[in-house]
Amino acid sequence: MTIGSAIGQKIGAAIVAPIGWLAAIIDAPLKLWQRATGTTGMAAFFLAPNMLIFGVFVLAPFVINFLYSTTSGNAFFLPDRSFVGAEQYQRLLECGSYLDPSTCREDLFWKAVHNTGLFVVLQVTLLIVVSMITALILNREIVGRSFWRAVFFFPVLLSPVVVGLIWRWILQRQGLLNSMLYQFGYQPTEWLTDRFWAFAAGITVSVWAHMGFFTLILLAGLQAIPRDLYEAAEMDGTRPGRVFWRITLPLLMPNLLVVIILALIRAVQIFDEVYVLTGGGPGTSTLFLTQYIYEVGFASLLRNPGLAAAASILMGAVLVVLTLVQLQVGRRNEKKGARE
Amino acid sequence: MSNVVAFLTRRRGGRGWHWTDVFMWAWLIGALVLMFGPALWLALSSFKTPAQLAEFPPTLLPYATQQATVEGYDKPLNLFTTKLPDGTTRVMAEVRRVGTVSQLVDPKAPSEIVKVNIADRQPVREIRFATENYTQPFEHFDFLQYLKNSVFVTVVATLITLLTNSMAAFALSKYQFRGRNLVLLLIVGTLMVPLSVLLVPLYSVISAVGLFDSLWGVILPTVATPTGVFLLRQYMLTIPDELIDAARMDNASEWQIYWRIVLPLAAPALAVLAIFSVVWRWNDFLWPLVVLSRKELYTLQVGLNTYAGELNVQWHFILAMTVVTMIPVVLVFIFLQRYITAGIAGTGLK
Repeated sequence: MTIGSAIGQKIGAAIVAPIGWLAAIIDAPLKLWQRATGTTGMAAFFLAPNMLIFGVFVLAPFVINFLYSTTSGNAFFLPDRSFVGAEQYQRLLECGSYLDPSTCREDLFWKAVHNTGLFVVLQVTLLIVVSMITALILNREIVGRSFWRAVFFFPVLLSPVVVGLIWRWILQRQGLLNSMLYQFGYQPTEWLTDRFWAFAAGITVSVWAHMGFFTLILLAGLQAIPRDLYEAAEMDGTRPGRVFWRITLPLLMPNLLVVIILALIRAVQIFDEVYVLTGGGPGTSTLFLTQYIYEVGFASLLRNPGLAAAASILMGAVLVVLTLVQLQVGRRNEKKGARE
Repeated sequence: MSNVVAFLTRRRGGRGWHWTDVFMWAWLIGALVLMFGPALWLALSSFKTPAQLAEFPPTLLPYATQQATVEGYDKPLNLFTTKLPDGTTRVMAEVRRVGTVSQLVDPKAPSEIVKVNIADRQPVREIRFATENYTQPFEHFDFLQYLKNSVFVTVVATLITLLTNSMAAFALSKYQFRGRNLVLLLIVGTLMVPLSVLLVPLYSVISAVGLFDSLWGVILPTVATPTGVFLLRQYMLTIPDELIDAARMDNASEWQIYWRIVLPLAAPALAVLAIFSVVWRWNDFLWPLVVLSRKELYTLQVGLNTYAGELNVQWHFILAMTVVTMIPVVLVFIFLQRYITAGIAGTGLK
């Protein structure tokens, strides 16, 4: 990592300094603890705060989630809930035809599954294509590369709520986009209240917000490709298209796979920016899985935490599979790297 | 000058413009507009009055009708470029408007009232920034409270993250003990289960420990970040063990080694994690939305979403408060963007 620099040091030091006195106070009792328990005891001490928080707020909920998904009722206190076994799962999976959400018992869940599936396919495709083109361009010898890289990175830092509001303001009926269309003589369009356009807007806005991140990773991969390969190709007079398919793409492939899976994992969880943009509407046309879980678990009047937990476990299963594939790909890359 | 042009239009291998060069610059310039344009448009709009926001098509800059104080009238009057019945055009001040007839006076000679059709007058407009969009939400709404809450959550969560993550990273990089790999595996595992999956049970845990509807309930579940532990551990592995052994020889306690030696050496990595953590916590939305129910505890993101979700959206306030919410992130972007991009390129985390 190339982050060591004077400013970095200063920021780090400024953060650490004010609590210096605290460190001095707890040193004496810690020495006693160290004498009593030795190195293992100290390791336990250093791990304790993080692992305690981790255990209570990540590990315990992870286990409890399974318990929740086997109970029913709308109480949040686990002992107040009645055990129903796999009923919640059966309810979620009861379906006439999985291709038609309206034939399912939990039609909203399946609508969300369908929407999320379509969103994932379209958004990830567009995201990867756009990020790839951008990374290829930024990898050329251009004036002010770091400036251009920063340009694409700006939306990545914005909060999803801000992203949603920025685009709501532009896409609303009297917004900038419609007024530009109007001035060129086109009819204004209801971007956010039309089923098709709202979905398209959700995809576009999320690509806009995240492409800078993926461009960055792809660019790092491109820059790791040895320059002499390109020089050799140029000497042989290879056409640029062929250079891309025969050199760039194969050598970038490990990196690209990781990026695609990362994009998939993120896309499956899509929520905030589209929720602020469209609120899941019109109707249920931009209702995605995370919003479904949130609304069934908390927001709706007929809240059903058990059902929400079961749905979240099904979504989590998809994410676990994706992550395992990612780890597998990463390990294969490492092995390959070791052989070369 | 010709040198500059030559430099800027210099092509690879000295050849002329290839179509890919044209495409490249079109892509980059287009991106420049598309990436900054929307946020800039929002910022410009945030200085417009509600009347101006309702205009279609909108103007680029915020305008307001110019006003003048005229002798004999208490309130300042709006100025209009008026086509007078005698055919001349003059700047007049409107006294009142009755139906389609406007009554105007000459600001210099206010005694004589002229009546013209409203179609014959155009408002005199000047660029004016409606700063009341920014001041009023702080006076009349809870936005100051939201801002305080957001700052509190961001600062406290970041400090706890830095402390707990660096302690764990120290143990995982500088100690050999049984179960170390198990702990590492557990932490890797959590990368798979994001918060959106744990929403329901986490809510019940938070309620059980009495943190529901409190800012601590927002903070604590977010601080044990696996990515933070990893980032710091990878960095601490590069700190030579000899340094630590030497300190032990000198009778330094383990805590002193962590505090006096390892932490200062890991400062660059801590800085990256601090920047990340600030952006993460400032931008958090879904979890605060679930945990916070009392309005006075809302963070900026939740507050903004609530006001923007109302039936009658007061866009002039929403836009201004969105800009306020954007400011810290824009500052991070301007001054610290290099660190973040280096951090992402180096670790692949966000």
